[in-house]
Amino acid sequence: MTGSIAAIGAGLAVIGVGLGIGRIGGQAMVAIARQPEATGKIQTAMLISAAFIEGVGLFGVVVSLLK
Amino acid sequence: MVLRRLLTLFAAFTLPLAGTFASSTEEHHAPAEAVEGHAATAQEAEAEFNLNEMIMHHIADSHGWHILDWNGHAVSIPLPVILWTSNGLVVFSSAEFHHDIEGHHVVAAGGLQFVNKHEKIYYAGTEDKPIDLSITKNVLALLVGAVVLLLIFFSAARYYAKNTNAAPRGLAGFVEPLILFVRDDIARGAIPEKHLNRFVPYLLTLFFFIWVNNLLGLVPFFPGGANLTGNIAVTFVLAVFTLVITNVNGTKDYWMHIVWMPGVPTLLKPILALIELIGVFTKPFSLMIRLFANITAGHILVLSLVSLIFIFESVWISPGSIILTLFTSTLELLVAALQAYVFTMLTAMSFGAAVEEHHHDDHAHAEGHH
Repeated sequence: MTGSIAAIGAGLAVIGVGLGIGRIGGQAMVAIARQPEATGKIQTAMLISAAFIEGVGLFGVVVSLLK
Repeated sequence: MVLRRLLTLFAAFTLPLAGTFASSTEEHHAPAEAVEGHAATAQEAEAEFNLNEMIMHHIADSHGWHILDWNGHAVSIPLPVILWTSNGLVVFSSAEFHHDIEGHHVVAAGGLQFVNKHEKIYYAGTEDKPIDLSITKNVLALLVGAVVLLLIFFSAARYYAKNTNAAPRGLAGFVEPLILFVRDDIARGAIPEKHLNRFVPYLLTLFFFIWVNNLLGLVPFFPGGANLTGNIAVTFVLAVFTLVITNVNGTKDYWMHIVWMPGVPTLLKPILALIELIGVFTKPFSLMIRLFANITAGHILVLSLVSLIFIFESVWISPGSIILTLFTSTLELLVAALQAYVFTMLTAMSFGAAVEEHHHDDHAHAEGHH
């Protein structure tokens, strides 16, 4: 097996991102269930925060690309 | 209302789906056959399949537009190489390199000699580079994207000029909900009403530029397929636009909140000023990295899944590979729109923060401010 140790780092970053986005998605579900009439606003806020967190994971990917 | 608009938007994304899929599976078959046939005829000559090299070749910019391999011969569109050298402007066709990117093939032009080392042009035998102004693959893709955008919006504009009060139909009917989405759902929530009309044209340009070029990047055959929005130079320029427009439009309040934050203890103010000043640059920086990394990661993912066939060297992998590629491509269609939305949204928010006027009662506790 050959490979770059950077891949492990990217994998670790993805764990954090997975937990983060999972939490956002879950909490958005709870919020929508409580207040279905606010669905649009919740979705917008959910997408924005998910994009922020996804950005962090992609920093990991970029670093492992640069190695 | 917002939900309905979002649904319309998603319906719009799924429209081009069918076409893209049909073509993406076709395209992914073509290189497979070419590579297999080639391997059978010249097994010794064919080096081991190098995943890293293949992916990097596909996502990087290049001086020629490689379309496919036919019987072991590359079919590609040569593009002009334009160099600003010590002898002035030198122009020649990238076909003169004969697909050599290892720096072996020397091209003589304008009284100088050049080699192509991994798509960077050097003076032959030296480590010096001329200034490269070439029409590369990404530049051509940018021009194609611009033409597509102009065709769509000029035809929509012509329709509105002719039918001022009629319900929009055809292309105009397609772009109107999208334009309203950008104006009402992205810009209006972030920018104060007074300044809205000043920024909406730029936000519309930004949204459609990123979205259309993301989609063109997903089209696997010739006019598409360049990794334009996954090129850090392109996203850098977009981020610089956001940085400049935000700070040029910054009001007194905006700058006050950066250099001397009202409402916090004086001792904290210099520390906050430092953080806020760094923040001025990190926000566009993260915009740049987010778009670049998202789109590049998407391209790498699709290429890796297709490459599974070559890694395992078995046709039985291909059904799985195609299904996974199909799934990823669908996801990428969503990501293409989502990244355009997020980039535009965050840019709108930063414009909004720049022009926002704070009222006195917002900072009733702020001493010496206002």
